[in-house]
Amino acid sequence: MKTATPARKIDSFLDQEYSAGFETLLEADTLPKGLSEDVIRVISAKKGEPEFLLEWRLEAYRRWLTMTAPKWAAVDFPDIDFQDIVYYSAPKKKDGPKSLDEVDPELLKTFEKLGVPLHERARLAGVAVDAVFDSVSVATTFQKELGEHGIIFCSFSEAVKTHPELIRQYLGTVVPPSDNFYAALNSAVFSDGSFVFIPKGVKCPMELSTYFRINARDTGQFERTLIIAEEGASVSYLEGCTAPMRDENQLHAAVVELIALDDAKIKYSTVQNWYPGDKDGIGGIYNFVTKRGDCRGARSHISWTQVETGSAITWKYPSVILRGDDSVGDFHSVALSNHRQQADTGTKMIHMGRNTKSTILSKGISAGRGSNTFRGLVRISPKAEGARNYTQCDSLLIGDQCAAHTFPTIEARNPTAHVEHEATTSRIGEDQLFYAMQRGLTAEDAVSMIVNGFCREVFKELPMEFAVEAQKLLGVSLEGSIG
Amino acid sequence: MLDIKNLKASVEGKDILKGLDLQVKAGEVHAIMGPNGSGKSTLSQVLAGRDTFQVDGGSVTWDGQDLLAMPIEERARAGLFLAFQYPVEIPGVSNAYFLKAAVNAIRKHRGLPEFDAMDFLTRVKAEMKAVGMKEEFLYRAVNEGFSGGEKKRNEVLQMALLEPRLAILDETDSGLDIDALKVVADGVNRLRSPDRALIVITHYQRLLDYIVPDHVHVLSQGRIVRSGGRELALELEEKGYGWIGDAGEIHAAPPAAGGAQ
Repeated sequence: MKTATPARKIDSFLDQEYSAGFETLLEADTLPKGLSEDVIRVISAKKGEPEFLLEWRLEAYRRWLTMTAPKWAAVDFPDIDFQDIVYYSAPKKKDGPKSLDEVDPELLKTFEKLGVPLHERARLAGVAVDAVFDSVSVATTFQKELGEHGIIFCSFSEAVKTHPELIRQYLGTVVPPSDNFYAALNSAVFSDGSFVFIPKGVKCPMELSTYFRINARDTGQFERTLIIAEEGASVSYLEGCTAPMRDENQLHAAVVELIALDDAKIKYSTVQNWYPGDKDGIGGIYNFVTKRGDCRGARSHISWTQVETGSAITWKYPSVILRGDDSVGDFHSVALSNHRQQADTGTKMIHMGRNTKSTILSKGISAGRGSNTFRGLVRISPKAEGARNYTQCDSLLIGDQCAAHTFPTIEARNPTAHVEHEATTSRIGEDQLFYAMQRGLTAEDAVSMIVNGFCREVFKELPMEFAVEAQKLLGVSLEGSIG
Repeated sequence: MLDIKNLKASVEGKDILKGLDLQVKAGEVHAIMGPNGSGKSTLSQVLAGRDTFQVDGGSVTWDGQDLLAMPIEERARAGLFLAFQYPVEIPGVSNAYFLKAAVNAIRKHRGLPEFDAMDFLTRVKAEMKAVGMKEEFLYRAVNEGFSGGEKKRNEVLQMALLEPRLAILDETDSGLDIDALKVVADGVNRLRSPDRALIVITHYQRLLDYIVPDHVHVLSQGRIVRSGGRELALELEEKGYGWIGDAGEIHAAPPAAGGAQ
């Protein structure tokens, strides 16, 4: 029988190319490979950092030397040679761009190609963008308008120069350098990232966005993001990521710290599309990231939403420390692993304040030979009277060679705690595909429709234009999976 | 329109259709009746292209084309519609989204402009009213948590929207109370037209009180053993399938040249 079957059709459909995989040829200022105190001094000097920050970096580095790379995650990769990585690479420029007009047109073209609206047309989208290319931030839009509200949105390096006191006050207070191996490494060598400060009572009038791009070869990207919302402030922040296609693996070890004071709200959304490697698992980004939010004030609210479709290995657990009474933490995640991708992701909700509330909604999709792990921790400390958590973890399997794992941990040390956990695993059924195709849809359309349906609860947490982007991305990333 | 010749099909090595012949012309309504396990549902699934069934021989011609060589969605786009005996649930996908995607896939194939949201809603709401479905079903996930009757109405709704040239109703009447049955039958009767054919598969003659067929066929052990007019259904109801099973074998044996068994 010549009829194309749903299963065979999905086979061909799951092979699709990574569309952000091009390289931009630019003159770059790149340090030789390897890491030492001298390299850190050079990075710090290039950025003209104050003494306290250099000391902070060196201390992190010394700490890192005593640590070993963690092995507990359900991912498999060869040991990383940390002396074989370039720790600083920046597009060459005379004095740093003062405005968009001074940015290298090649760079602007790159972001244009990726669909990042750096120009004033971004105004239409109502999104202020900071773009980080390899190690440095190349442009931040809308600084002036935001400044009128007292909002600071700039590259981390710039914030170090203009607001060292804020950096000193908050840096490392959520994720201390000693937190883990990669956080220590990041603290030692981080080169740039974004800084956001929303003053007391200010609701940020537009979405803030940072776009991360790894371009240079053999380069690690170690960005550092710090977001502070003072009392009653609120902000929605988005992060997007891509990298060229290369045969070797590249390391991305970022740290993101969020701080919400009384009644503040921070919503942090990520659409991660780092190069995942080819279908045989050659190349791709190692994405080892520490993201943590601190609900420091009463009634504060931190919400993580992530759509993870890229990277060869993803290893991240955006977490919330619910310190303030009545504070709220959310984690909404879609993680897709296709071909040989491995994703070990999840969250930690640490309940310390009274009547704190957290919600975890995780949707894992495994296709091809992908492996997807949810790892969650809900800890209710003895003082967290009346704490509540609801966790829902759903896995969707496409094909029969992929894997899904769920490792939930619940530690309730207060008898008033109320913790719920639900988990499901399902497979895209042959019957669902047949049904949809009998109504005239192609196998491709049927699969993306079913997958999007599966992810809908998470997508609706994303700002509109990014939800559309995420849906498209998921369709593309899935092409070529089922077996 | 549809010409089935000596069709043989199996599932997991078990022969189910053992040389089935059937001709359906535009404008006709055929009823296929038969006991459980006679191959009624297999026939509908094979015609729609489900690959869990293997076609072992014979041919199916659809407007001069080899139907069996067409992919599932091409058959659907060419106008073949199957109302499922067990409609499938698709969690998270709203009925409205699903219906609109299906309608537009088929309209596009027919060279018609795709419906925008407004056109579609106007159209779908009118059809829902006709099958007695509340609007809220548009915004619920496809068949998820629907009762048996609601699922079947949803099938009839899809059929009305997709305007098929040949609709196969696979035991659409099973599990329906009399009111739901009438609604389904009304929906089907509204679709009857000179350029459209229907195959109604059913275990009971009850449905045929409401959808009056031009031809009735009795399927037994993978072959059509009796064909006749509407009166055959009544006879079946009176005498039961036990009667036809015996009669079928007696009648079929001489002319069938020993194809089966």
